[in-house]
Amino acid sequence: MALGTRTEEKKPSRTDRQPSVIRLFWRSTVGKKAVMAVSGLIMLGYLVAHMMGNLKIFFGADEFNAYGHWLRTMGEPVLHYSWALWLVRVVLLLAVVGHGVAAYQLSRRDIAARPDKYVHRKRRPSYATRTMRWGGIILALFIVWHLLDLTTLTVNENARPGHPYENVVATFSTWYGNVVYIVAMLAVGLHIRHGFWSAAQTLGMGNATRDRVLKTAADGLALLLTAGFLSVPVAVMTGVVS
Amino acid sequence: MKLNLRIWRQKNADTPGAMATYEVDGISSDMSFLEMLDTLNEDLILRGEEPVAFDHDCREGICGACSLVINGDAHGPERTTTCQLHMRSFRDGDTIDVEPWRASAFPVVKDLVVDRSAFDRIIQAGGYISAPTGSAPDAHATPVPKPDADSAFEHAECIGCGACVAACPNGSAMLFTSAKVNHLNVLPQGAPERETRVLDMVAAMDDEGFGGCTLTGECATACPKGIPLPSIAAMNKEWLRATRKVRR
Repeated sequence: MALGTRTEEKKPSRTDRQPSVIRLFWRSTVGKKAVMAVSGLIMLGYLVAHMMGNLKIFFGADEFNAYGHWLRTMGEPVLHYSWALWLVRVVLLLAVVGHGVAAYQLSRRDIAARPDKYVHRKRRPSYATRTMRWGGIILALFIVWHLLDLTTLTVNENARPGHPYENVVATFSTWYGNVVYIVAMLAVGLHIRHGFWSAAQTLGMGNATRDRVLKTAADGLALLLTAGFLSVPVAVMTGVVS
Repeated sequence: MKLNLRIWRQKNADTPGAMATYEVDGISSDMSFLEMLDTLNEDLILRGEEPVAFDHDCREGICGACSLVINGDAHGPERTTTCQLHMRSFRDGDTIDVEPWRASAFPVVKDLVVDRSAFDRIIQAGGYISAPTGSAPDAHATPVPKPDADSAFEHAECIGCGACVAACPNGSAMLFTSAKVNHLNVLPQGAPERETRVLDMVAAMDDEGFGGCTLTGECATACPKGIPLPSIAAMNKEWLRATRKVRR
């Protein structure tokens, strides 16, 4: 039986060499996408907390400013003043850098994999899907602006350190402050709409029966976050918050 | 039917190509798209011109040899293979654009023929099972739960035509690779190589220069065999599982 088969030593498979987990992830398109998914979900979680914190502005200057102060004292007395906040910042920075670098490298690869375009072009993917890359770049630029505007107060005229409520009002009293913010929040909504659902697929949580739930959750999150964030500039513009 | 065709003509891999315009007359709506191209080629041969090169084999929609991006759609407007696409899907006087699969991993060989051997190398990396040869085992020797058998069969339908790569804006082979991985990974026969299969096939896929997945869903829309988009999520799950398992 089986006279025709040779029992040759199998050449070692790629996985026999056992690269480190980090290398394995970073070298693979699937692994790198998983890095993007996890870092994206970390940022998404932060955005939910950030949006809910923003809504405290509707309860007046005292409560909002006290909340801003609490962000620095949270974790005390176990942690020193503002350590918890810095911890959050470090995690976010890692997430942003990981997400951005992976996106850049994967995009370069994707563009190289399709060098010749079709003469007969069709546009079919949804707007959110098509704008992931440019949307991501817009968001990265917005983060820089947002930090200079409301964290370091560098570009915010009339800003006073330690008075976040007044600074927010100052930002949204300028036309450019509103325009930049509104564009960025629409971009974040679109990015989350495709990104949340994509992250679920990348992490292997998607399947045919769960697809509808995941898509609805992505749309709901996108809508909720965009609406929540936009309510603040709208409130300042209409004079509800002043 | 009379048709205006704009077809990608390229002498060989090293020569740049371009779209060329042809007119064909006397096309029956019952002809397949490939028969229409045969008609054009007969005309071209009679006129002493070089016929249009295109891949085809069984012409029954089961071998995966035919390709062609027709009016921007891989395999044309119907959800089937080009050989099973009939001219009744077009109207008299239509202008039809015919292009080869576009991906750096699928270089053009000539005209509409591309080199799809990258798929073969992905299969070689793990698209097989280790089984003793000899007489066929009893059909009920290895019980397979019905949902698993159905899932394996759904993925086994992949004919490796490459429409997924052609349709993907990133030239990604994720749908093809996921069909092949899931087909064997859900079955007990595929269990011994479950982890190495997915890791090796994904690595081979990356080595061939295919792009990554951005979940645009274009692949599953183009697939003539209806391999579903969640296949990709299932392969991602297998890959992540394998990275944990294979190290123990």
